[in-house]
Amino acid sequence: MSESNTRTHAIDMEALGRVSQSLTLSDETAALTVNKLNLYYGQRLALKNVNMIIPRHRVTAFIGPSGCGKSTLLRCFNRMNDLIDSVRIEGEVQFEGANIFDRSVNVADLRRRIGMVFQKPNPFPKTIYENVAYGLRIQGVKNRRVLDEAVEKALKGAGLWEEVKDRLQSNGLGLSGGQQQRLVIARAIAVEPEVLLLDEPASALDPISTLKIEELIHELKSNFTIAIVTHNMQQAARVSDYTAFMYLGELIEYNDTNTLFTNPVQKQTEDYITGRYG
Amino acid sequence: MSNLRSWFKEGTPWIWLIAGSISVSLFLVIGVLALISLRGLGYFWPADVMEFQYQEPKANAVRLVGEIYDQEFVSSTRLRDAGITLEGNAERVERLLFKTGNRDFLGADFRWIVGPFITQRSTPADLTVIERREWGNVYGYLRGVKEAGREVATGAASWDEFKVRGERVADLQEKIHRIEKDDIGAINYGMERLRLEQRKLELKQAFTPQQQGILDERRNALQSQFGELEKQLTTLNQEISRDSYLVELMDGRTVELPMAKVVRAFRPNGMNTFQKFRHYGMKLWEFVSDEPREANTEGGIFPAIFGTVLMVIIMSIIVTPLGVVAAVYLREYAKQGVLNRMIRIAVNNLAGVPSIVYGLFGLGFFVYFLGGGIDRMFFPEALPSPTFGTGGILWAALTLSLLTLPVVIVATEEGLSRIPRAIREGSLALGATKAETLWRTVIPMASPAIMTGLILSVARAAGEVAPLMLVGVVKLAPSMPLDANAPFLHLDRKFMHLGFHIFDVGFQSPNVEAARPLVYATALLLVIIILVLNLAAIAIRNHLREKYRNLEN
Repeated sequence: MSESNTRTHAIDMEALGRVSQSLTLSDETAALTVNKLNLYYGQRLALKNVNMIIPRHRVTAFIGPSGCGKSTLLRCFNRMNDLIDSVRIEGEVQFEGANIFDRSVNVADLRRRIGMVFQKPNPFPKTIYENVAYGLRIQGVKNRRVLDEAVEKALKGAGLWEEVKDRLQSNGLGLSGGQQQRLVIARAIAVEPEVLLLDEPASALDPISTLKIEELIHELKSNFTIAIVTHNMQQAARVSDYTAFMYLGELIEYNDTNTLFTNPVQKQTEDYITGRYG
Repeated sequence: MSNLRSWFKEGTPWIWLIAGSISVSLFLVIGVLALISLRGLGYFWPADVMEFQYQEPKANAVRLVGEIYDQEFVSSTRLRDAGITLEGNAERVERLLFKTGNRDFLGADFRWIVGPFITQRSTPADLTVIERREWGNVYGYLRGVKEAGREVATGAASWDEFKVRGERVADLQEKIHRIEKDDIGAINYGMERLRLEQRKLELKQAFTPQQQGILDERRNALQSQFGELEKQLTTLNQEISRDSYLVELMDGRTVELPMAKVVRAFRPNGMNTFQKFRHYGMKLWEFVSDEPREANTEGGIFPAIFGTVLMVIIMSIIVTPLGVVAAVYLREYAKQGVLNRMIRIAVNNLAGVPSIVYGLFGLGFFVYFLGGGIDRMFFPEALPSPTFGTGGILWAALTLSLLTLPVVIVATEEGLSRIPRAIREGSLALGATKAETLWRTVIPMASPAIMTGLILSVARAAGEVAPLMLVGVVKLAPSMPLDANAPFLHLDRKFMHLGFHIFDVGFQSPNVEAARPLVYATALLLVIIILVLNLAAIAIRNHLREKYRNLEN
């Protein structure tokens, strides 16, 4: 039991060099606004009254123990939860002035503008080129030159261009795990979404690949709004500008990363980040 | 004892059992193939021709000339009961099926002779076999060759002369055949089209004198073409009937026969192995490329091969999209409830319906109902002669595609269920609709499974005969469904089929036992064709599997 005025911190923000950053939520423009979001799996309430904003051109991390609803919340943002029959949603998520759960919303279009990268890399069994060009072809782009340029830009943006530029026609499945995940990221950014949702993107990868992905996130931040779910608190501390701590479907605390990790307000947050549970 | 226990625990006896069953199955399959190969392929080998001196008790000695077709041993009691007096105490007596040919002079091609009654056997080198277009083979001694009634060769010199003139005749036969089949056939087709056009205009009451003029003009053009061809034919026929040959038959008579009817002639007793192989090769080639003669017991079976393959191809084209769409709907779009399950059960049970029932359904629904309707709406001018209202290759292909639809649906559903969710989610997350995801990603990944379904359906359908008999197969088709006359693919035509050919030749020909080797040969060909189709499909599937292989990281 620690005394209230001597807090043991699991994350050394000073060492990470992030102390000097001063970010305030209230100054940010919202890319996504979540209002009174409740999600039911059948009868079970999985997300309880979530209210928050995802700020533009920033990295927002979601941390919390397993089963707290972080992935579920992330999947709400691009309506991937529609694929599950038993899901029922109350509340709204505002994106560009409209509620994404409206009946009139074109879901496919929404998903183009809010892209997602999954935990386990899932490239299609096609060539690297075709993988990256997939989203563009869906949009109807047929011009070979346009596709070539877009593919190159996306692969460069994902930090994969130098490694694969000579073998664009080879099968995407022939790449290593880390490369596949970057391929998938390239595929996602090729359609130039506004928001990029990353669901534990590096948890299936080795440390070197993880590092590469984290560097990538840092670069992508300037063009995209990024929301990342992660198990790894160090990663959240390294990579994100804002962090949300969730527990049992509720948003416990949401603040800029520096403050959350050095001066958490809620006791639950402190318990989690110091490793007492979770 | 513990050794035995551990032997059991490891599952070794089961492995032996499985291996044993697979071996037995393989042996059976190889055995079947070997049986039909031996009996079928032996048919084309130029066997020796023999001359027998044959003396039945209380009868005169006769000379028999011909080929031994089959041999069996029967009990002597049976023969004695049949009224044949046998000497000696032998239990079993040899009986030979002897092909004497010359049906026009001897009445029958084959006769059974009793082995012990043969007093002398010889294989004279100059005994000739002549295959003809009608009346079967000639077995005899070539005595002379005549041109326009005048003898040009006799005795030993006639064989060379015969061969030279035989080549000329073959040439002319080819020319005549081409004119009759292709050119005159095209003209007949054109005339028929004109008649139908006139009838159509008459029915619409739009048959003006002007139309009459146009049609008459075209008809006259065809007629004049026909006249030309007729003249050519007459000349060719005159030329071909110029030569004739003299042959001494086994009963001593010397007869004169036209060379125009000769297909080929050879002297098997004098042929060396290389020549026999060449002959064998020629006969094999004739078997697969020629048209049938003599009520399907001679000649080739090319129309049957063509009909079978074409029907299987049309069936594949129909069943694949139907099956894939049905499977996609059942798995991807339909709500997974009671109704869905019932439909799936119904589809699976469809695979158990006997094929003859499908034939009846095809006859009632496709031929009479749909075909009749199509005739009334689109081909009223041909009535009362049905166009689509009778069996044809289209209805046969449709019936068989219904038969094999469950297989394709089940295989496709299996394939679709194997596609990992991650792939689908990945596609949807990029902004693709469900349909786009299916079309661009899921179905291509399921294509090996779809090919499996197709392979199974081809294997099943290519062997079905019973339903086809009701919906479009005939013993002898006047023309093939694919020919040089527009619209080139005639889906309303009846066709020939290898399976039906086996049934027809094997059970409905004038001499069933004599036709049996031909049945084996046809069966072997059917198996080979199915094997080739299957191998092709398997090769395509393997290629697709490689392409869409999901590597585990």
